[in-house]
Amino acid sequence: MRKLLLLVLVLITGVVFAGRLFYLQVYDTSFQKLSENNAIKIQYNYPQRGYIFDRNGELLVSNQPSYDVMVIPRDVEPFDEVELSGLLKMTVEDLRIRLEKATAYSPRLPSVVIPQLTKAEYASLSEKMRKYKGFYIQKRSLRDYQINHSANVLGYIAEADNKIIKQNPYYQMGDLLGKQGIEMQYEDILRGVKGVKYIQKDRFNREIGPYKNGIYDTLPERGKDITLTIDAALQSYGEKLMVNKRGGIVALEPATGEILALVAAPNYDPALLVGRERSKNFTKLWYDTISKPLFDRVLQGEYPPGSPFKALTALIGLQEGVIDTEETIYCNGGFRYGRNRVLRCHSHRSPLAMQGGIANSCNAYFCTVYKRTIEKYSTPQEGIDHWREHLLSFGLGDYMGYDLPSGRPGKIPSSVTYNAIYQYPTYKWFASATISNAIGQGEVLLTPMQMVNFTAAIANRGWYYKPHIIKNISGGDTIPTDFKKKFHTTIDPEHFEPVVEGLYDVYNYGTASHLKVPGIEICGKTGTAENYTRVDGKRVQLTDHSVFIAFAPKDDPKIAIAVFVENGYWGSRWAGRIASLMIEKYIKGEISRTDLEKFILNGSLEEEYAKPYSGEPFRINQ
Amino acid sequence: MAVGRGFIKLDWITIFLYFALVGIGWINIYSASFDDSATGFFDFSQIYFKQLVWICLSIVLIIFILAIEAKFYERFSSIIYLVSLASLLGLFIFGKNINGATSWYVLGGFSIQPSEFAKAATALALGKYIGDMQTNIRDFKHQLQAFLIIALPALFIIPQPDPGSALVYAAFVFPMYREGLHFVYLLLGFFLAALFISTLAFGVVWVSVGIVLVSTLIYVRNRKRNKKTKLLNYAMAALLCIGFVFSVNYIFNNVFEQRHRDRFNIVLGKETDAKGIGYNTNQSEIAIGSGGWTGKGWTQGTQTKGNFVPEQQTDYIFSTVGEEWGFLGSMVVVTLFVALIIRVLQLAERQKSQFSRVYGYSVGAILFVHFFVNIGMVTGLLPTVGIPLPFFSYGGSGLWGFTILLFILVRLDASNSHYA
Repeated sequence: MRKLLLLVLVLITGVVFAGRLFYLQVYDTSFQKLSENNAIKIQYNYPQRGYIFDRNGELLVSNQPSYDVMVIPRDVEPFDEVELSGLLKMTVEDLRIRLEKATAYSPRLPSVVIPQLTKAEYASLSEKMRKYKGFYIQKRSLRDYQINHSANVLGYIAEADNKIIKQNPYYQMGDLLGKQGIEMQYEDILRGVKGVKYIQKDRFNREIGPYKNGIYDTLPERGKDITLTIDAALQSYGEKLMVNKRGGIVALEPATGEILALVAAPNYDPALLVGRERSKNFTKLWYDTISKPLFDRVLQGEYPPGSPFKALTALIGLQEGVIDTEETIYCNGGFRYGRNRVLRCHSHRSPLAMQGGIANSCNAYFCTVYKRTIEKYSTPQEGIDHWREHLLSFGLGDYMGYDLPSGRPGKIPSSVTYNAIYQYPTYKWFASATISNAIGQGEVLLTPMQMVNFTAAIANRGWYYKPHIIKNISGGDTIPTDFKKKFHTTIDPEHFEPVVEGLYDVYNYGTASHLKVPGIEICGKTGTAENYTRVDGKRVQLTDHSVFIAFAPKDDPKIAIAVFVENGYWGSRWAGRIASLMIEKYIKGEISRTDLEKFILNGSLEEEYAKPYSGEPFRINQ
Repeated sequence: MAVGRGFIKLDWITIFLYFALVGIGWINIYSASFDDSATGFFDFSQIYFKQLVWICLSIVLIIFILAIEAKFYERFSSIIYLVSLASLLGLFIFGKNINGATSWYVLGGFSIQPSEFAKAATALALGKYIGDMQTNIRDFKHQLQAFLIIALPALFIIPQPDPGSALVYAAFVFPMYREGLHFVYLLLGFFLAALFISTLAFGVVWVSVGIVLVSTLIYVRNRKRNKKTKLLNYAMAALLCIGFVFSVNYIFNNVFEQRHRDRFNIVLGKETDAKGIGYNTNQSEIAIGSGGWTGKGWTQGTQTKGNFVPEQQTDYIFSTVGEEWGFLGSMVVVTLFVALIIRVLQLAERQKSQFSRVYGYSVGAILFVHFFVNIGMVTGLLPTVGIPLPFFSYGGSGLWGFTILLFILVRLDASNSHYA
């Protein structure tokens, strides 16, 4: 026994140590990270962001160097706060708050003290910064905009926030990344890869050379340039036309699905969101809740489409076989349904067959076709769902899968929608209850982007490519294959021709006959969409939205366009004019109808927009 | 001279383990101290080169120790012990203060730490005393004298101040127990240590309540079996314990220095301050923990390179082993130590003379305490007590001290058969 005591203690100690070592070295892996944090400093080298070009090779966005004042709190030694805050042009209080925030975020990781200094500011600072231990200047590349339009398309870049840093370990505090538009959608391509240098430090935090002789170090990789499908001239022209109006223009090349212009109004100069004034400007834009410049009306605005939707009603009617192109339908100032209820129509020749129905935008005609379509099936539920299937095949009622990070699905009602509204099966509902759908009112909501997509599908007589904005990525990367896939609608190709002729007649002698462009055969459709808002909690009708869709030329479509002008009243008053100018600009390159152009450029709807906020009763549709 | 026969009978296992540990130790010292300032390998300002010189000189020392007749060590043990005591006392006059402790003589460019040699001297003296025909370790008077032999050098070392080195002298309780010291002493020591720790961990009040409860329970139980059990005895014992608890509290708060208190508080989990007082342990744990299975590779340790662990060539050398050689390398070192200590205990057991046996046991016990306290400290299991890892830590005195300690045993063992 006496011989064994020490022996046993030695063995127990050996086992305990083995256990402890196993725990420290193998079981608990947190120490690896800790030792890296301790001893290795990581220095990043930021690459230039890729340039952005338009479809004709015009440079839209390049870079300018920018300089951030950074701080690593644990390295900070006592310093003259007054002097430094003077250099940085901030108050001592602000400087202290920044430092506290930085320490709270991480004592060991860099945080930004002042972002985005200009070259001139940097020059005066760079020499003096050496004096302040723990502070340094990090060079980054900032956007340099060659244009003052397309802000909604391009998006902007901003500092990564905590949420992003947690989600994606690539980003550090102070890193910039795309937050909207193209910058966000193609962030991975545009940003490149930052270079990393690992530096071994000793316990006094002095650098003692590259870690492992730099075998893990990498060089920065420049971001790839991208070419957009946007036509900068057309885009800029569109934005000019939309000054003092709200709404959007979107133009596609029907044969490819390439987005030629994507105008959201009101817009802002992209350069506002660069540099030291960035946050001030951003706040201003963000809190403009009346004109909402950061709200992309083309992609996010869900509107009742109005009469352009009649083209789809006609196509579905033909496909379902409930009407042919010859049959004429009477219109006595409207469509009568239910008990003495009338969906009114304007005065025009009557009766009309399909082509004339479209050209004159006869409500009675399309209500009849719609009602027949729904009633073709034994229940209205079944009818609505068939009708809906056709519409979905045009890319409506869903996010469309285009390559921009914002959007809304719009709304195409289904049997479920109406069962809920009318409390089926307690109460029954019939086709007449949904009759407003026939003319693009009622429960139907589309974004301008969806409107242009169905226009392109009609222009192509039955198929479309997904709208997209990427044309080319430099360095051999191809654009997603989804954009090279043809989507076919559920309507047979032969049904399109009569509808196209009808849309042509809209220009020939119909509702847009005064908007003809000499030498171009345009097909189009006006729309005047009723809409409502809430003023002090009451539902109030506002002046109708002015809507227009068009494509041209008729037989070899080069451009499909949808224009939406909020509260612009008649479709042909604002939207139709803007559409015809855009088509002329794109196809001919110049505008012959300068009076028309002048009217639009100088026209303003601001008075109209101010009405609901005036607090007084107002009149609409003047 | 028994040199010829002695060499043949040398215990080559011990010698192999010794050189394995010294060799591995040097490799790690090289890594821990190597930096770009070296002008070449033979740079005398570099720690690793100095240690290499010490190792080479150790070999000379070993030959010298083995060449001396075994009887010499027993016969001259008292003189060696007295010289050793004198050298410790001399520090109060001639000693040089390095890093806050007056533990060194400085001769020319070299500094010598006598406390490293005093361990071997004390072991010899204790062996001589217990081995004496007249001594009966079961006798209280002799126990007292034996304790005195052990306590004197420790008492001289404490005020240097070097409480860590003094603590090592507790190791001598093991050879005494082996020779017949009643196990009550061990139990008592263990009990007091437990009281000490729990007082610090739970506070005076709770421990006192616990003592009263436990002694009441024992009294009630024994009372049922034996009616003669006297309450007074139990009350006295409980009072003594509570008195001890209060004195611990007093000593801890009034005699200990703040740094000692901090060390205990960190291990007891009462304070966590990774940047300040717990820095050493924390960095050492990070270094070892970041080693993983196989380590970062020789001279590739980031903690080691950055000198994050203080004293990493001396007391914290094991953190370099852990970081650069990982779990596998650490286990090799732990295994080598366990094997060496067990081998030393085997050698001690096979000694025919009581002197040699006591000496051998002392060697094993001293190595064990160093091993236990040092690696326990480096891995964060024990409070920070500054004692070196034998054969590993940088330092000529330490290396020579342990070499002498071990090789006197090897020499004694070599003459075991014909030395009565």
